[in-house]
Amino acid sequence: MAIRRKLFAGLAVFLSGLLSSAVYAAADLNMRPGVTETSVEAFELHMIVVWVMTGIAAVVFGVMFYSIFAHRKSKNPTPATFSHSTTVEVIWTAIPVLILIALTVPAVKLLIKMEDASNPDMSVVVTGSQWKWHYKYMEQDIEFFSNLKTPQVRENFKLEDAQNNENYLLEVDNELVLPANTKVRFLLTADDVIHSWWVPELAVKKDAIPGFINETWTSVPTPGIYRGQCTELCGEWHGFMPVVVRVLPQAEFDQWVVKKQEEKVAAEKAAAEAAARSWDMDKLMALGKEVYDAKCALCHQVNGEGAGTFPALKGSEMAIKADRMKDHIEIVVHGKAGTAMQAFSGQLTDAELAAVITYERNAWGNNTGEIVQPAEIQAFKAGN
Amino acid sequence: MADHHPTGIKRWLFTTNHKDIGSMYLWFSFIMFLIGGAMAMVIRAELYQPGLQFVDPNFFNQMTTMHGLIMVFGAVMPSMVGLANWLIPMQIGAPDMALPRMNNWSFWILPFAFTLLLLSLFMEGGAPNFGWTFYAPLSTTYGPPSTDFFILGVHMMGISSIMGAINVIVTVFNMRAPGMTLMKMPLFVWTWVITAFLLIMVMPVLAGVVTMMLTDRHFGTSFFDAAGGGDPVLFQHIFWFFGHPEVYIMILPAFGVASEIIPAFARKKLFGYASMVYATASIALLSFIVWAHHMFTVGMPVAGELFFMIATMLIAVPTGVKVFNWVATMWKGSMTFETPMLFAIAFVILFTIGGFSGVMLAMAPVDFQYHDTYFVVAHFHYVLFPGAIFGTTAAVYYWLPKWTGKMYNEKMGKIHFWWSMIAVNLTFFPMHFSGLAGMPRRIPDYNMMFAEFNQLASIGAFALGLSQLFFLYIVIQTIRSGKKSEDKPWDGATGLEWEQLPCPAPYHTFDTPPKVK
Repeated sequence: MAIRRKLFAGLAVFLSGLLSSAVYAAADLNMRPGVTETSVEAFELHMIVVWVMTGIAAVVFGVMFYSIFAHRKSKNPTPATFSHSTTVEVIWTAIPVLILIALTVPAVKLLIKMEDASNPDMSVVVTGSQWKWHYKYMEQDIEFFSNLKTPQVRENFKLEDAQNNENYLLEVDNELVLPANTKVRFLLTADDVIHSWWVPELAVKKDAIPGFINETWTSVPTPGIYRGQCTELCGEWHGFMPVVVRVLPQAEFDQWVVKKQEEKVAAEKAAAEAAARSWDMDKLMALGKEVYDAKCALCHQVNGEGAGTFPALKGSEMAIKADRMKDHIEIVVHGKAGTAMQAFSGQLTDAELAAVITYERNAWGNNTGEIVQPAEIQAFKAGN
Repeated sequence: MADHHPTGIKRWLFTTNHKDIGSMYLWFSFIMFLIGGAMAMVIRAELYQPGLQFVDPNFFNQMTTMHGLIMVFGAVMPSMVGLANWLIPMQIGAPDMALPRMNNWSFWILPFAFTLLLLSLFMEGGAPNFGWTFYAPLSTTYGPPSTDFFILGVHMMGISSIMGAINVIVTVFNMRAPGMTLMKMPLFVWTWVITAFLLIMVMPVLAGVVTMMLTDRHFGTSFFDAAGGGDPVLFQHIFWFFGHPEVYIMILPAFGVASEIIPAFARKKLFGYASMVYATASIALLSFIVWAHHMFTVGMPVAGELFFMIATMLIAVPTGVKVFNWVATMWKGSMTFETPMLFAIAFVILFTIGGFSGVMLAMAPVDFQYHDTYFVVAHFHYVLFPGAIFGTTAAVYYWLPKWTGKMYNEKMGKIHFWWSMIAVNLTFFPMHFSGLAGMPRRIPDYNMMFAEFNQLASIGAFALGLSQLFFLYIVIQTIRSGKKSEDKPWDGATGLEWEQLPCPAPYHTFDTPPKVK
């Protein structure tokens, strides 16, 4: 294995050196064993199967290559005439059955263990949506979105970015922070399409399905940062919604929880103050553009012209007619069932909602001059 | 009957001749193969290096989707039907397929079906972009408008496949020459009969699932929408109930081809004919009870996962029997290694490698780590490219003299073989490593840690793409200026088509049934 690894890595480095001046990280040839009990056991089972399969390959292909060498026409001009042998056929049916039974036993044991999420110490609800994750700590009452650190626009993903960043495509703004040596149960669901939450080094992969809740679990003994990705095709930016888990010793985790809870109180206070204030057009437009470009432009486009199934906002009746303003607020706050339009009430503050709606009613020639105040959003929410 | 031989465009539009229809199927599938291949080149160009270089993520998704759909439904399946049309009547001593007009129709649906599908690339919102497995709700609520064209296209392909399958079954059960008992039929015929039964069983299921999509999209049903009481996972169960037998639909005829070619060049009877037939039938039966191994991460009950894991591992047994039989056929034979034999041997070896990774994927607790990574991509490309497509390629070299009366250039054939053999492994073997290292499938950009393997795979893919153009050149050159073939160019070849018919086979064969020993 070591020799093969070296040979292959050598070849790979040679070829890549030949073809580009890029600096490459060392290649991983095999699955990583990971850090949890189950991931190590899955890795060991993987290695057992690899070696069993390699053994079978060596025997079968060995016989075949010997035959190709020894039973060529030039060496063996007269072919034998046998065409069946019940004994041999029974033997080579029975042996694979025995090998498979031998493989099944550890697989069944491990599977039952991996699927047993009972008696957790804490639970986190993981919600996938296009194209980010949302984490909600059930016991600690903390929740937040976890986005790819780089905004999802094409210009941000270049070869140089990948070369200059070891964690290219694998960093988020808010990591999922977990305590070490704690059995954490994940409850997975999704807002829109199916996503799949995978952290290779924890050997946890489970689909997040809209309208249903799946469960899985992990218990990580070693503090550290573990990175993974969404593994179920979920639309345009499927490759750009990583999972990052930071595991901390229990004491540090507790500090983190306290800090997060304080931040939450402060943020709520700030949002309430912002909402209570009256905003002028310039401020709303500035904040609105920022929010729009980050949250809305992926589908409705920066120029508001939409694309494909995503409707244009520029010139849209809902965004320019005064009597449709309520519908406009409704769709942004609550989303539209059965379409890709999500509810933004949980993702944006009242001030941000007011700003983005104001922006949409005044940008790109939608010059309605209308202002939506955070207080109106508050009133709308209260009225619903 | 006189050797009526129509000419011009009408010959091809109105033909009911199994040989003409077979040729049209083969050419059609090759055109689709090149189109699907061109899309693979776009994918590999984008993945040559990290970063978004050439295409938008959305177009990338359209490419992976269309590449899969076109290769599965447009290239591999029609190529097998083409071989069936050419070979089954000759191999069982029948004058033609049993239902010749339906045969014409089942072919002529295909160009229209694929025109519909390909047109979606030029529509507003782009082509289908949800993967060839079109999981709901990405393909229903979130699908582009062109999804409806895709649905209609799939319906048409399904009708075509079902009619083709009915034709094979009716032909084989009613039109065998006197003395051609079932257990005397060439293995290619056997594998195709079993494939035809699979097609009849599962294509209606595919039609059902796309119809449910259509009504979810436009007529207010909620089969796959939890908000209306449906279940997105139901889609996957129905899809894979079609999808897993579909895998065998694509590979069983190639098993048949290998079982014809290896004995011919080993100059020795196929080892274990009866067990080959039973193994093929067992694989087909098992293929109906393993579908959910594609879904180990959807949150099935443990009991379900155990069942599907064990059932899936069982498939290795009959598949192993087939591989052992091929090796035993070679054992103590008197082998020569012309191009068809080279492709057939590579088929056995590389398909078996795909089988090994298949056993690995079957083991649910480890599959959690492999699922939806490049390891899966490596696995199914090993069974499809050096499996199904090498099988068809071997068949084309082997029967080309029978079809055209001309012999291909052996030296060029061998160059084509080694070129494909090296390129196919360079393309798909590194994908095992990128998958194990943690690269998810269907992503247009990736971290540097996957860079080496992707670069190798891309280089391999470009070489592999070129090798197929070389194949086209070899075939055209054979047809236009190949040396005239002897009536029996392969001294070890057996079967009615080699023993009782000249090269090329006349336009009408076996108007009177041949005598079968």
